[in-house]
Amino acid sequence: MTLKLGIFYFLAAFTLWAAAVVVLGKNIVRSAVALIFGFCGMAALYVLLDAEFLAAVQVLIYVGGITILLLFAIMLTSRIGVTTARVVNDQVILSAIAAIGLLVGLIYASTSGIPAMSGPPRLPETAPFLGRALLTTYALPFEAVSVLLLAAMVGAIVLARKE
Amino acid sequence: MIPLSHYLILGGIIFSLGVFGALTRRNAIAILMSIELMLNAVNLNFIAFARYLPQTMLQGQVFAIFVIAVAAAEAAVGLAIVLGLYRNFKTVNVDEINLMKW
Amino acid sequence: MTFASLVERFYAALAAWGIPWIVPTLIVMVIVVSVVLAYISVAAMFMIWWERKISAHIQVRYGPMRVGGWHGWAQSIADGIKLLLKEDLIPTGADKVVFVLAPMVVFGATVAAYVTIPWAPGLIVRDLNIGILYMVSISSLVVVGIIMAGWSSNNKYATLGALRSAAQAVSYEVPLVLSLLGPVMIAGTMSMGKLVEAQSGRWFGVLPGWFVFPQIVAFLTYFTCALAECNRLPFDIPEAESELVAGFHVEYSGMRFAMFFLAEYANMFVVSAIATTLFLGGWHGPWIPLPGLPRDVAHGLFGLVWFQVKCYFLIFVMMWLRWTLARLRVDQLMGFAWKVLLPIAFANLIVTGLVLILGKHALLYVGGIAILLLVAILLAARPAARTVRVGERT
Repeated sequence: MTLKLGIFYFLAAFTLWAAAVVVLGKNIVRSAVALIFGFCGMAALYVLLDAEFLAAVQVLIYVGGITILLLFAIMLTSRIGVTTARVVNDQVILSAIAAIGLLVGLIYASTSGIPAMSGPPRLPETAPFLGRALLTTYALPFEAVSVLLLAAMVGAIVLARKE
Repeated sequence: MIPLSHYLILGGIIFSLGVFGALTRRNAIAILMSIELMLNAVNLNFIAFARYLPQTMLQGQVFAIFVIAVAAAEAAVGLAIVLGLYRNFKTVNVDEINLMKW
Repeated sequence: MTFASLVERFYAALAAWGIPWIVPTLIVMVIVVSVVLAYISVAAMFMIWWERKISAHIQVRYGPMRVGGWHGWAQSIADGIKLLLKEDLIPTGADKVVFVLAPMVVFGATVAAYVTIPWAPGLIVRDLNIGILYMVSISSLVVVGIIMAGWSSNNKYATLGALRSAAQAVSYEVPLVLSLLGPVMIAGTMSMGKLVEAQSGRWFGVLPGWFVFPQIVAFLTYFTCALAECNRLPFDIPEAESELVAGFHVEYSGMRFAMFFLAEYANMFVVSAIATTLFLGGWHGPWIPLPGLPRDVAHGLFGLVWFQVKCYFLIFVMMWLRWTLARLRVDQLMGFAWKVLLPIAFANLIVTGLVLILGKHALLYVGGIAILLLVAILLAARPAARTVRVGERT
C-alpha cells in the first residue's frame, strides 16, 4: 500500500508542477504544453481512483480536443520569439491574497469537516454502469448537455466566421 | 489506501492556482487555460468522492462527465470569442481591450 | 499455456525464492517493453522497404535493388544507420524545449497504443476493459506532438502543416470514434480481447463471424478516417511534399526525424490493428493442430500469423491508395469529414442500435446494406464538385 501512496505523491507533484507552469509561465505555448502534461497527470490520478473510463475520456476530450483547440488559437494569435514583457495584470497582490485565502479555506475544509471514509475495496467496471445511468437516471441532464453542446457549436461557428 | 483528504487538498491547491491565473493573466487564452485547470480540480474532487463514499452510485463520475462536456462547450465558445477579439483589436491581452470601460 | 500463465509461473518461481513482487514486475515490464520496441523497429523498417517496393512496382520501376542482395532488403537498415550518424540540428530560432519534446510525445503516444493490441489468443500486454477507448485516446496525443513540432520549428511551412494537422485531426476523430461504436455495441464490450472473442461465431453458418459484414459502412468510414489520422494520402495535407516541403517535420534531421518516421509507420500498424480487431475478426482464422505441439500453442501460432496477415493486408491497401488517389484540398477535406463521414457514421450508429433493440441479428445485414445503398445514392446525387480555375478565389 505504501507503493500506491508513493505513486500518488509522484503524480500529485507532477500535476502541481504542470499547473504551476500553466499559471505562472511566461511563454504561452509552454503553458499549453504544460497543461497537456497536467491533464495526463490528472488522468493517471483518475486511474488511481478506479475511474479508467473517465481517465480515457479525459485524455480524449481534454488533450485530444480542448488543448488542440487552445494551441490552434495560440498559433493564430501569437508569434514565436515575441516575449511579452508583462504576463500578469496589476491585480497580482489582491489576487494572490484571494487565492491564498481560498486555499487556506479549502485545506481547512478538506482536513477537518470530512470523516475518514474508505469506500469499497475496488470499484467494479464503471463504463457499463455509467452508460446505463446516463440514459436512465440522468436522461434529462444528458439531453440538456447535448443541446448545450449543439448551441455552443453553432455559437462558436457564428462568432468565429468572418462577415 | 490513500486518505481522501490527500485528493481534496490536491484539488484545492490546483483550484486555487487556477483562480490566481484566471484573475491575473493578461492573455485571454491563458485565462481560458486557468479556467480549464479549475474545472479539472473540481472533477478530481468529484471522482475522489465517488470512490470513497460508501455505497456509492457513482454520481461523482456522472457529474464529472457533465463537467467535461460543459468544459468542451466553454472552450469552443471561449476560443471563438478570443479569435473575434484578435480580429478586431489585434491583441488578446484583456487589459488592453477597454473600449467599453470608462 | 498463454502469455499470462507464463508470467504467473515466473512470479510464483521468484516468490518461492523470497524475492519481493516488485522485482519480477519490473523485470516483466522491461522485457515486454523491449519486445514491443523491437517489434516496432523491425516492422517499421520492413514497412518502409515494402512501401518503396510497392510504389516502385506500381510505377513500373524496381525500387531499391542493391543493398543486402535480394531485392535490396537491407535498404531500410542502411537508411536507419545513416540517420543515426547524421548531425542533430536544432534551428536557432526554435523553441528548444518544445522542439526536443515533440518527437518524444509522438513516439511515446504511438508506442503506448501497443499495450492493448491482441496479438493472439491470450497474448496481449494488458487487456484493459476500456481497451478500444484507451487506444483511441492515447493515439490522439500524436496530434499534440505534431503541433508542438510544427510550432516550435519557427518555420512557416512547419506551422502551416501543424495548423492543417490540428484541423484535420479534430475533424476526423469524431467520425472515427463514432464508427468504432458499432462493433462495440454488437459485442457489448470495449475490451480488445473480448471484442475478438465476440467474432468467433459464423453468420448464417457460412461467413466468418467478423463484424465487417454487418458493419461494412462503419468499416469503410473507419478506414477513411484512419487514413486521415495517419496523414496518409489522400489526406496527407499536413505534410504535403509538393506544397509544404515536408510540413511539420521540415526542420528535423537525424535521430529526431527518424523518430517521426518510425512513429508514422508504427501508427499505420496501430490503426490497422484496430481495424483488424474490431472488424476483421482479430486472430480468428482457419487453423489445424500441428504435430508435436499442444493444441492451444498451435492455435496461438496460427492466431499470431492470421493477425499479422490481416494487418499487413490493410497496410498494403493504404500504400496502394497512395498511388491511386490525389490529395484533397483543405476545404474539401473539412467538408468531407463534417458533411459526408459524420452523417454516415451517425446513420450507421442509429440503425445498429435499432436492430440490436429489435433483437434480430440477421437484420444487421439488412440494416448495413440499407445504409450502404442510402450512402451510395446520396453520394451519387451530390452536385459535382465545382471546378476552380487557377487564380480564382473560392
